[in-house]
This record gives sequence, C-alpha cells and structure tokens, in this order.
Amino acid sequence: MTDVTLSPGKAVAAVKRPTGASIGPRWSNALFVAPYLVFYLVLLVYPLFKGIWMSMLQSDMFDDTSKFAGLANYHRLFNDKIFIGTVWNTFLFVLMTVPVFVAIGLLLALALNRGDRTAAALRAIFFGTSVLSVTIVTIIWKMMYMPGNGAIASIFKVLGLQPVAFITSSSLALVAIAICTIWWIIGLPMMLFLAALQQIPGELYEAAALDNASRWRSFWSITMPSIRRTMLVVVIYEIVAQFQLFGQAQLLTQGGPNNASRPIVQFIYEQGFRSWNLGYAAAASEILFLIMAVAALAQFFVSRKRVEE
Amino acid sequence: MAASEHIVGRGIGNKLILFTVVLVAAIWMLPIAWTLILSFKPNSELMISTASAFHPPYTLKNYTDIFQSSGVFRWLWNSAVVSIGVTAGILILSSLAGYGFARAEFKGRDIIFVLVLLGLAVPEQAVIIARHQMFSDLKMHNTYPAIILPGLSSAFGVFLMTQYFKAIPKDIDEAAMLDNASRFKIFWKVLLPLTIPAQATLGIFSFLGAWNDYLWPLISATKPEMFTITVGIASTQTNFAQSEGLGFLMAQAIFAGLPVFIVYLFFQKYIVRAVAGAAIS
Repeated sequence: MTDVTLSPGKAVAAVKRPTGASIGPRWSNALFVAPYLVFYLVLLVYPLFKGIWMSMLQSDMFDDTSKFAGLANYHRLFNDKIFIGTVWNTFLFVLMTVPVFVAIGLLLALALNRGDRTAAALRAIFFGTSVLSVTIVTIIWKMMYMPGNGAIASIFKVLGLQPVAFITSSSLALVAIAICTIWWIIGLPMMLFLAALQQIPGELYEAAALDNASRWRSFWSITMPSIRRTMLVVVIYEIVAQFQLFGQAQLLTQGGPNNASRPIVQFIYEQGFRSWNLGYAAAASEILFLIMAVAALAQFFVSRKRVEE
Repeated sequence: MAASEHIVGRGIGNKLILFTVVLVAAIWMLPIAWTLILSFKPNSELMISTASAFHPPYTLKNYTDIFQSSGVFRWLWNSAVVSIGVTAGILILSSLAGYGFARAEFKGRDIIFVLVLLGLAVPEQAVIIARHQMFSDLKMHNTYPAIILPGLSSAFGVFLMTQYFKAIPKDIDEAAMLDNASRFKIFWKVLLPLTIPAQATLGIFSFLGAWNDYLWPLISATKPEMFTITVGIASTQTNFAQSEGLGFLMAQAIFAGLPVFIVYLFFQKYIVRAVAGAAIS
C-alpha cells in the first residue's frame, strides 16, 4: 500500500503527468461493471426474453422444428387440469407455510433474543438445519414419514393411536411437505426477526416497565410496531421462496398421490425436461413468474397502506 | 440487553419459556438423531423393522460401503469444483461491479444499476428453459462451466458489494487519487482490503447456495459422473427401493451433510451477521 499513500513529491508529479484516476465521469470507468454486465445480459436478460418467445412456439417433436403459435400454449395450460391442480397446490402450500414461518419465526426470536450461551446454542440448532441440501432433508423426512416403520408411525403406535399415512394420503401429502419445509428453513425468519428485535432501543421497554405496562402490552405497543418492516420482508421473501417449491415435492412424494402434491415448478420440470415440451413448459414458467410478481406487489401495497394508516 | 430481558419476562414466566423452547429444540433434533441412529444399523435388520434402532447390533458397514461405492467421492469433488468456481466468480464480478457502481462514474451508470437491481426480481424458473436451450445449442451440458456460469448472473452480490463500497468514507480513496494512483490500483490496494468482511459473508452464502443448488445441476448434469453431491444423493434416493439399503441411504445423508455442517460451525458468526445485515439494510 506504500505506493499510494499521499506524499508531497507524488502530488507534484500528479500535476505534471495526469495518468492517474480523475474525478468525474469517464468511459473507462465502465470497465469495472462490464464483466458482470456480460453475465447479466447473456445469462439472465437474454434467456428471460428468449423464454417469453419460446412460450409462444409450438415445437414439433418429429422434425425438430418449431412454429409460432401465439398464445396457444397459454390457452392449453388454462384447460390443463393437471396444471391448474399444480397452481392450486402451490397456493395451498404457500398458505400453509408462510403464516407458520412468521408466527414460529417470531416466537423463537422473542424467546431466544438473549445474550447467554443457552440461547446461542438453541439458535444454532434452529438455524443449523437450513444449511442442509434439499436431498438430505428429504431422506431424513422419508424416514420420519415411512408408513409402518417410520419414526412418526412408531410414535403414534406407542401412544396407542392409528398411524397416519402422511406421504401416501392425498389430503396429507402437501401437509407432510409443509412440515418438512418448516423444519428445514425456519432458521431464516427467526434470524431476520432477531436482527429486528435487536434494533429496538432498550429505553422504550424501560419506560414501559416504569409505567407498569404488562409484557403483553409492551409487545403490542412497542415490539410489533418496531418490527413491522421486517415482518413485511419475511412475508414477501417467504411467499416468493415457497412459490418455488420443487425438490421436497419431487423427492418426498413425487408429486403424488394422484398429483395431490405436485407444485408448478415440478410441472415445468417434467414438461420441459422429461416430456421435452419446451414451449409448453416455458409458458408455465411465465405464469409462475407472473403469479410471484403479483403476489409480491400486492403484499407490498397492502402492507404499505396499513403502515400509512 | 435490558430490552429483551423485559420481553422474555422475569422469574417463572422466563423459565417456562426456556423450557418450552428447549422442548421444541429437542423435537427439532429428533429427525437428525433418528437418521444418525439408523445409519449405524445393518440393512438386513432395517428391512424387517426399524423398531430395533435403540439396541445393538450396530455396524459401520453403511459408512464403509460409501467409501467403496465410487460415485460419492466423484460427486463431492464435482460439488467442490462447482461451489468454489461459483464463489470465486461471484466475488470477483461483484467486487468489480460494486466498486464501479459505488465509485467510478460513467455515463448511464445509475440507469444501468437500476436495471441490474430489477434482475433480483427474476426467479430462476423464469429463465431456466431458455438457459437450458442455450447450453444445449453450445453442446455444453455435463461440463463444469455449464453448471457454474448461470450462478454468476445473480445480481445479489453486486447489490451487496455496491452498498458496502458506498459505506466506505470517500476521503480514503480521494487521498489516493491525489496521489495519482490509477482507478484499478485504488480499487485493488486501498478499497478491496477494506471489504474483506463483506467478501466473507458473500463468499459463504455463495458457497452454501452453490453446494445445495438442486434444480439447475439436475437439469444440466445428466451423466452420473458429472452429478454434484446434491443431485447424486437424489439419484440414489429415487433409485433405491424402500426396503433395501435404508441404512446405507441414511449413512449417505449424514456423510453428505457433514461438509456443509462443518462449514456452518466454523463460519456461524459470519452467517448470522450476513442474515442480520440483510435484514437491516
């Protein structure tokens, strides 16, 4: 670092020989962002538009050509009972998981917002599962859910109850995936809430304690208003993340039984890379993109309105 | 932490909450404990019932079987290559772009930055079909570049590094500018060393993300010798009939989970700080 420290001799040289960095705009400065922009344009922007174009093509499997078909793929999707089913399943899954992420995430954060070692260890346990990959998580939960032999079935038997067939029941398969998902990544909302709680100035609570405010009251009048923004972040983040459900469903239930737990991404994957209906799969992926964008936007406006009121 | 102590409460209420959380934590650990125990049980016994999980015989055979099956080590190697490639690429591109967007002015910079931020809203699924087609046209599937390159287009790192560079006081590089150092020299020798904490968090996040990525490697790598560990484990999971090799499958899950878990334990501080930072910014 020695050659760039300020020295009088060099400052004089700067006047004589203006080759160094100048303040103000310069085209050569764009070279810093150019390498990333190449990746951004080639691997994100281009495929985004190419995907929209592909969704309007009808591919011919036999002579490897495709022709423009307008909105035909979209029209077909809206009449495809399996696709409509996957949209429904995905919405249900989001409804099952997001409120639980918010509620349990916040409860854990409130209980573990302390400086001692016990709290640190407990935080590590709840967050630790989220570093595992989806394949490991589903192996673990297959053993939990296994009919007859699984841990949950055994617990039911010990308690004298009739074991519930989670994975093979069409009404419970999605619930099984939701439980596994909550177990897997509850750590993230917990951490986000913890970070928000630590931002609240302690004086607020001290003042409330002087007023003899109950714990319940200071929670509603101090804690909740202070973490409203984080709550919005968690809700939007989880909605977007859970709409992308794929690995857990594909590996735990294979989307079954009878399509009862098949999410949109699995439909895209199977249409695109198992049946090679690329145009059809691209159309489904655009619908997913649209749903996610609308969900995030709607949530954003609703919450902003409430904050303003 | 006077604030939190007040919320958590005093006396009996406090103990009750702690007790409940410890109980929930125990339930949280149960699936992993169960998997761990079963991984030490002979396959033949598990075929009949898992009821014997809590008494002997136990065996290490499931783990020694992993060392004999050729696939797993190749997959671990692939995952290491892919994760290190993605991490290095993201760190280099994001640092350069972050400095550029924060400090080096050029025409149209602010518009380009907004356009890049819009990229954060595009989910992988919206581009994956076209990406697959692009790599097919170039006959690049089943290569490391095909698995690595799409990850480098993510705007998250650029956003993070831009924020970080902006937070560094301007006098630091202005002094160097008076000293007639070139832009790149200032970036490389003066500012980059100051961003090491941000590099650490971005690096760990990128590494874990690439290691655990499932959808893209599943689509791009179709030959077993190019599987990452995540895709490879998934393939054995779907190939195994439920009755055979349960213990082996459990041992694989534990074995494959170990590297990330070690990374987690070592870098826990940075991971927590990264999550917290993301929440506040």
